[in-house]
Amino acid sequence: MNAIYVLWIRQLKRYVRSRARIVGSLGQPLLFLVALGFGFGPVFEKAGQGNYIQFLAPGVIGMTILFSAVFSGIELIWDRQFGFLKETMVAPVPRIAIMIGRTCGGATVALAQGLIVVAICYAAGFRSNNLASLPFALVFMALIALMFTAFGTAIASVLSDFQAFQLVMNFLIMPMFFLSGALFPLFGVPRALQIVAAVNPFAYGVDGMRAALIGGTAHFGAAVDLAVLGGITAALLGLGSYLFSRIQL
Amino acid sequence: MIQVRNLVKKYGDFTAVDDISFDVGQGEIFAFLGPNGAGKTTTIKMLTTLLKPTSGAVELDGLNPAVEHTEARKRFGIVFQDPSLDDELTAWENLDLHCILYKVPRKVRKERMERLLRLFELWDRRDDPVKQFSGGMKRRLEIARGLLHTPKILFLDEPTLGLDPQTRNHLWTHVQKLNQEEKVTVFLTTHYMEEADRVAQRIAIIDHGKIVAQGSPQELKASTNSETLEQAFLALTGSTIREEVPGSVDRMRQMTRMWRGNRR
Repeated sequence: MNAIYVLWIRQLKRYVRSRARIVGSLGQPLLFLVALGFGFGPVFEKAGQGNYIQFLAPGVIGMTILFSAVFSGIELIWDRQFGFLKETMVAPVPRIAIMIGRTCGGATVALAQGLIVVAICYAAGFRSNNLASLPFALVFMALIALMFTAFGTAIASVLSDFQAFQLVMNFLIMPMFFLSGALFPLFGVPRALQIVAAVNPFAYGVDGMRAALIGGTAHFGAAVDLAVLGGITAALLGLGSYLFSRIQL
Repeated sequence: MIQVRNLVKKYGDFTAVDDISFDVGQGEIFAFLGPNGAGKTTTIKMLTTLLKPTSGAVELDGLNPAVEHTEARKRFGIVFQDPSLDDELTAWENLDLHCILYKVPRKVRKERMERLLRLFELWDRRDDPVKQFSGGMKRRLEIARGLLHTPKILFLDEPTLGLDPQTRNHLWTHVQKLNQEEKVTVFLTTHYMEEADRVAQRIAIIDHGKIVAQGSPQELKASTNSETLEQAFLALTGSTIREEVPGSVDRMRQMTRMWRGNRR
């Protein structure tokens, strides 16, 4: 139990201390918000879809959490290359505890990044329609964070260098983000794209967050979102723990 | 305390450790010597649950490290050959984290951390992040950390690499004290033959994954008609310099250095 706590707090300390990482990782969401949000805003409104910033903000918040979480999970490769992983791996602590500590730490960091972007979205003019459902949005944010940190950890347990990480980013995470409905409504898009979104776990996260933050526009339905996210998160945590326990150095 | 029987580790076609057997007795200081790439670190990794052997049997205090991981891990402490500190944390935090992972009782934690930090002259720098430390300081911290909990078996994988004579002296004095007072079994590797000669009661020499000689320093010198252990070592392993293939870790370090250099 102490081991889980100490590894969790370690991730937080590392995050708080690397100001460059905090600022750097906010550049991308800011760019999306400004370039897409304000750039496509007029077109979106003319098409009768309402305020684009309102629609886009949950997507951008989700994106921040997605990227931070995967990166946190992937940090495992870093720890493996620079040796700290060995220190934890020979400690008389079950590997599952190490995995849980790391994953919770990474997810907390991703959630913190997401909350900073929530604030930025508010500054850009985003307003939640339903403040009472804000805790519900937090649940979705936490689930996205946990799911993708576990996903990153699972991947990093099998990979041993950063070259392969680029592959994962470009062929898995980027498509997951762009084909999720984070940037555009899923109503009325070609059927193929709808199918892709339906098998994309991130799409359910964005959909759930959007439902909680601005209400009434859920594509899959908030209950479905919650069930799918919960199920996949549990499965990925299991897979991550299994792969992590098999790491050899 | 340590029993190794017909231990083999293969990576594809390459046999890193080739059918080795040895015993280390309770309270013994055992030196495991060999040229670069001979299989020393691979053996230590198999003894310390980091790597699964291809075949053969290992027993640590009666436990099989490949199966009873957590129990076996409670028995030993290790100072690794390459760095294993968290650079973003301070020296104190690194030690504290280790104490929590190894369940060092809260009462003795502070006192022990202070004693070791003072012994290795890092006390004044305890609140500085490790990334600001020089190579030698990191090494010292790493050793201090390995001695925080008093394990039954202490593995030291080239602990003195890159240390000045003063620190080396401190280290070996401390290790010998632990060995005498707490009956800690010590398993060490080093490239400094005079160190092995000074502290080790028994020595095994490994080359190309095979143990080529075992015995006390005196026995090894006598069997090769050498005056020093270094001569005995060269007589047993030849004088050819070994090629080592750079691992992904080395490449990675180089990349990071380049990347960091460019940013500054």
